[in-house]
This record gives sequence, structure tokens and C-alpha cells, in this order.
Amino acid sequence: MRIVVDFDLCESNAVCMGIAPEIFEVRDDDFLYVLNENPPESMRAKMEESVQRCPKQAISIAED
Amino acid sequence: MTSTTVIVGASLAGINAARTLRLQGQLGPILVVDADPERPYDRPPLSKQILTGEWEPEKILLPAGKEDLNLDFRLGTRAKALDLAARQIVLEDPTGATESASFDALVIATGASARRLPETAGIAGVHVVRTLADSLALRAELDAGPSRVVVIGAGFIGAEVASSCRKRGLDVTLVEALPLPLERILGAEMGQVCAQVHIENGVDLRLGTGVLQIETSAADGIERVRAVVLSDGTTVPADVVVVGIGVTLNTEWLEGSGITLDDGVACDNTLLAAPGVVAAGDIARYPSARFGRTLRVEHWETAIAGGEAAARRLLAEASGETPTVFDPIPWFWSDQYDRKIQLAGRPMPTDECRIVHGSTAEFRFVSLYGNGDRLTGVLGMNRPRHVVQLRALFDEGVSFSDACERAEAL
Repeated sequence: MRIVVDFDLCESNAVCMGIAPEIFEVRDDDFLYVLNENPPESMRAKMEESVQRCPKQAISIAED
Repeated sequence: MTSTTVIVGASLAGINAARTLRLQGQLGPILVVDADPERPYDRPPLSKQILTGEWEPEKILLPAGKEDLNLDFRLGTRAKALDLAARQIVLEDPTGATESASFDALVIATGASARRLPETAGIAGVHVVRTLADSLALRAELDAGPSRVVVIGAGFIGAEVASSCRKRGLDVTLVEALPLPLERILGAEMGQVCAQVHIENGVDLRLGTGVLQIETSAADGIERVRAVVLSDGTTVPADVVVVGIGVTLNTEWLEGSGITLDDGVACDNTLLAAPGVVAAGDIARYPSARFGRTLRVEHWETAIAGGEAAARRLLAEASGETPTVFDPIPWFWSDQYDRKIQLAGRPMPTDECRIVHGSTAEFRFVSLYGNGDRLTGVLGMNRPRHVVQLRALFDEGVSFSDACERAEAL
């Protein structure tokens, strides 16, 4: 599983950071940083929740 | 399980209820009904990217509405009546023909409609923003380059519409009946900051002023807005008027149905409104132990969470499992000009408000709300990291004073 963020869409609402701070981090520059683009399978539910809860539909999961 | 589910409302709450039912193994027919003829779409961009013209409607289609979930969509179809005892719902299709549909389980997610000013029906140039059609109609008028837009109501919709109009370089007058914008949600101190944001962005802000009358002129048989007469005696010329004065809940079809209505559909703390009937989204009122009162939350995120929770409630009822209590921390965002306002929690306007980070003069800060020693809200302006981190304090049961200390250390 690979996390893909469309940074043209992302506007740093930081919802994903609330769900999975070990993967998503919004810093003081107000930009989102993906800390681990390949989260372990054990985090799939949280990644799917992050996809669903992103107000900008900016996050997707690629299987490769 | 092959029972029939009817979901009334194909917006965020309804579509997420449908999706959750399917993904959790509900195999029976799921009928999804909505008066809006459009495929399910996301509403926040209606007052922002759609109005500014940055996005086309295709971009706001809800992902769940595009998934292959084997849903029986009845779009453009209105729920007219509910017979709870007979487990039947009366539907009216776009031609005006009615039919009855039987259900085993029902999801009520009809949401709300924009309130309009009385006696303005049919006046060209007067708009609300609630549906995609509303937003596109307003956008078409903004494309024509009106010399002034008057926005009535400085709540979140009015503020975002004003912001979008300013982004297009249009002159805007924003009229608010209360002394400060958003005072009933954020309190006076933060309302003052929000007022200043409008002023800094070149909006002609008129506070504590009601609307007496919409003046019109007639040409070619069309009555069109010309000006707005305010209660302070002034008249503001307007080519376009946008009314953002709140919503009316779409509950008329539930009158006399046996469902308890109390400024919303009265639910228990699991969103159950009656056996086999759940509600979600703007319309659902539920008791919140977290905030010590019933809440009805008109937030985007609550619509998703509520739709999912309502679906799981139905599944729990069918399987005999213990249902989960629904009591999330309300959270929303509003984008105005280059500022992002986010609020977690549910403060009362009279709660104490402490600025714990940054400065209101720079419009970049965090403030916390407290009632006694209970943390009731986290407000951020251009501080998303802080809001999301402090939101977690609600679940830690941290006191207001401790929360302030933690926030100052962030």
C-alpha cells in the first residue's frame, strides 16, 4: 500500500494527522508532510479513514 | 441479510450510510432517494471553488456516489410521507407521480434547505447557496460582472460567498443583523476578529443591521433586484443579492409519521429514531454526554461519521450486537480569503475564551473555550496543526486550565 497525496488539492485541514499522526504531519509552515509513504498493512483501516475524511479528497491509496 | 433499506437523502450522510451498509455486508436492496436530481456531490466547494470558477461540477462528485455499490438511486425524487406502522414511504418522482415503497430499515438524511427572505420568490438576482444548481446560478451572475453583490447574513456561508466574490474582484457589502458575525457560535471576542478579517479584505461590512426590503426594477417583464434597504435607513445598490440566513430542516414529510421531531429528528445516543429507523447528518438530534445536552450538528465531518454510525446501528439491530454510542467531537473548517478557520468542540457563546497561541492581530492564532473547568472548544485561524492536536484533549478528559497550559507549550 502506498499513500498518494495530491498536493494541488491538499489545503492542510490536518484531519489525516488527527487520524494517523505517525503517517501524516502538518507542520508550522501549514504544509502536509507524508512521513511514511508505505505504511504497514496493519494501518490500512486508518489509511482508508484518512481517505474518506479528507475534506478535499486529496488522499488516495495505490496498490503497487 | 436481504431486507430492504430506504435511504432518504443522497448527500454526505445518506451516501456514507449506503456505503457502510454495503461494505459491512448488507446484501438486500438499498434505495437511495433525493429530491436533488444531481449525482451525489460535496457541498463545501459550492460557496468556494464552484463560485470562484476554479472547479467544475464534475470535480465535486462524491467518491462514494461513483463507487459500484449496487445502489438503486432515485434522484429528483422527493419523500412526501412516512407511514411508520406500515413501514412504507411515499415518493414523488420528477413528473409528480407518487408511489409507495416498503422498507425494513430506513435512514433519514434529508438535511436542510436554505432559508429565503420572505416575499423575494421570483425576483431575479436574489440567490441562496445550498445546492449545486443554486451555486451555478449564482456563478453565472457573477460571471456577468455585477457592480455590487450584497450578501445578507455573515454566517459561514455568507462569509465564504463574500470571500469568493472578493476573489473575483467584485465589490461586496456584507450585512449582518447581529452586532458581530458568528457571535452565537464563537462568542463576541472571536466574532470581532472575524469581522476584522472581512474589513481587511475590502468588504463593506454592515453590522447590527437588518434588511427591510429588496427594491426591484422591472424590464422586459422580469422583476430584478436593484437595491437592498437596510433597517439603519441606508440603501445599498445591488445587482446580485445572496441570502445566507440559515436553514430550514427538511422534516415536513415526517410530520404525523410517528417520528419525534424536536428541532430535528429526535434520536437516542446511537442515532436510532424508532425501531429500524435511524437519522444522520444535519437533521439528526442526539444526546451528547460529552457536552451535556442534545446536539444537532451541521458539519461536513459529522455527516460522514453520522452516516456511517447510523448504518452500523441498523446492522447492530439486525444482528443483535450492542450498538455503539455516537458522540464525536464536532469539527469544521471554513475558508475565508486566505484564512482557514477551524473549530473543534461545541462552545457556548458565553464560555470563557483564552488565546493560547499566536495573535489575533496577525489573524494566526489558537484560542480555547471553557465552561468552568470543562474544555468546550478549540478554535484556530491558520493553525491546523494545533487544532488537530488539541482536539485530542477532549478524549483525554483534560481540564480547561490544563488544556490551556498544554496548548501554550505546543
